[in-house]
Amino acid sequence: MLSEQELIRLKAKANEIRISTLDMIGFLGVGHVGGCMSIVEVLTLLYYRHMQVDPQDPRKRDRDQLVLSKGHAGPTLYSVLADKGFFPKDWLHTLNKGGTCLPSHCDRNLTPGIDMTTGSLGQGLSAAIGIALGNRLDDIDSTVYVIIGDGESNEGQVWEAAQAAAQFRLNHIIAFTDSNRLQLDGFMQNVMNIEDLAAKWTSFGWSVQRVDGHDLQQMDHAIELAKGEVIKPSMIILDTIKGKGVDFAENQPSNHNMKFDHATALQVIAKLQAENGDNHD
Amino acid sequence: MTEQLEMRAIYNETLINLAEEDPRIVLLEADLMRATGTRTFAEKFPEHTFNVGVAEANMVSIAAGLSTTGKIPYANSFATFASRRVFDQFFISANYAHLNVKLVGSDPGITAVLNGGTHMSFEDLGIMRTIPRLVVFEPSDPVSIRKLVQCTARYEGCSYMRLHRGMANVLYAEDESFELGKGKLLRTGKDIALIATGVVMVNEALKAAEILANDGIAASVVDMHTIKPIDRELIIQLAGTCGAIVTCENHQVTNGLGSAVAEVLVETLSVPMARIGVKDIFGEVGSLDYLIERFELTAAHIVSQARQLLLRK
Repeated sequence: MLSEQELIRLKAKANEIRISTLDMIGFLGVGHVGGCMSIVEVLTLLYYRHMQVDPQDPRKRDRDQLVLSKGHAGPTLYSVLADKGFFPKDWLHTLNKGGTCLPSHCDRNLTPGIDMTTGSLGQGLSAAIGIALGNRLDDIDSTVYVIIGDGESNEGQVWEAAQAAAQFRLNHIIAFTDSNRLQLDGFMQNVMNIEDLAAKWTSFGWSVQRVDGHDLQQMDHAIELAKGEVIKPSMIILDTIKGKGVDFAENQPSNHNMKFDHATALQVIAKLQAENGDNHD
Repeated sequence: MTEQLEMRAIYNETLINLAEEDPRIVLLEADLMRATGTRTFAEKFPEHTFNVGVAEANMVSIAAGLSTTGKIPYANSFATFASRRVFDQFFISANYAHLNVKLVGSDPGITAVLNGGTHMSFEDLGIMRTIPRLVVFEPSDPVSIRKLVQCTARYEGCSYMRLHRGMANVLYAEDESFELGKGKLLRTGKDIALIATGVVMVNEALKAAEILANDGIAASVVDMHTIKPIDRELIIQLAGTCGAIVTCENHQVTNGLGSAVAEVLVETLSVPMARIGVKDIFGEVGSLDYLIERFELTAAHIVSQARQLLLRK
């Protein structure tokens, strides 16, 4: 249970991360704004409350790890990692520029704090299984978090990994599905419907919860429950809004990868800053 | 009679020896343990063995994840699945991520015999050769497989090995040393060089050299176990001393050994060259005796190509 004070702190932090991510993409003029915005709250909760990580030692062996399997949402994670001090904040405006350490899709060799290279959808949960198995062999008790897209869940490999994580009893895996109900070509129900996700994961032998992916309190409770699992891996399905907080993008089928200029981004940022001010009142 | 040993048994024994010394060694299988011959490894190191079921893509990405924690994963499947089926997982999760995954594809080319065309990999070397920095190799005998697998454990980076699962002639002394990327000169002759890779073709090339010797033609025979990085120095040296080269591979003539050798020659010292291998056709079912004739990979085919080539010198 988050205390009132903790909730306010985390809400403000999520707002900062949303602003920073929008600023990065707006500065560049194009980016995966939809899928970046839908995971702001979960990343905030993980990195500012649950995960044990050390910005001074990004590869610390017993750290908690995150595999952002929907690797195109890298910019949100970069905003978090910069804020945590993994690298200087002035790197953020280098997103996707030639020679940058912050590519559109996550790269463990370029960016301090990125635990796994992702971007070819469907492979992240499998990699997380490998990390969890390696940790088990080394008697390391840390948690491996994974974020999968709902569109990504069309990939067959996700389900190969689902069966394996249950078979190997990887209770140290806590995965999230960012269920924003949109995929690149449109609404999932019109392209390739994947529901009932909860029933699917349950039938694969996972412990499954479904919560509002923008509600910090609900997600925190779900993560605490998942940490208590002693055999099953956990799936927390997050009902989210693709493009959350960016008024011109929210729930738009075209928001997977959008072009907009910095001035437009700054207008939305001004509104978000005002909202943040309201939160403090 | 030349001594013969089963290649997969040596592979398994080598992995066991490595794992006894180094707890970082782990084994991944996709429900082919009876075929790849690693069941005794699994019995000896159950906690270091992960059988993912019939799910090769998952196996390769799991291997990549294990490698991030410092483990040295060996992942086995048939050469067809290890190359064609999981190319993107191996490319992105393992190679692009600069990890340390040792992928092994068994039953290469015609050695898939009764499994037939669906299981016959005539393109895996070519597919793998396009991945930046990947080491691609195919041992030719029981001694070289032991030594080269040991080399991969020491090498920090991904590799792809073709594993001939059956019996193979012992071609080398037990104390012979091997290095990835360095071919072995098995026989020296000044007239023509036969550059071969893998159990089937190195043995055929040696037979061909005997036949040519009876006709007064002195052939060098090279065991070019590593296709990538290819041993440029040795190729250039042979081009200089022999002036004609025949490549011999249990694989399509495009993109594999023949192409790798040709690439070196056209950029350095062009000499007449011919390629023994599969000529743009799919695999099919049959015995090894049938298939080696069907795909024109025999010593007689090598001899015939060599003779024609010598007319162009």
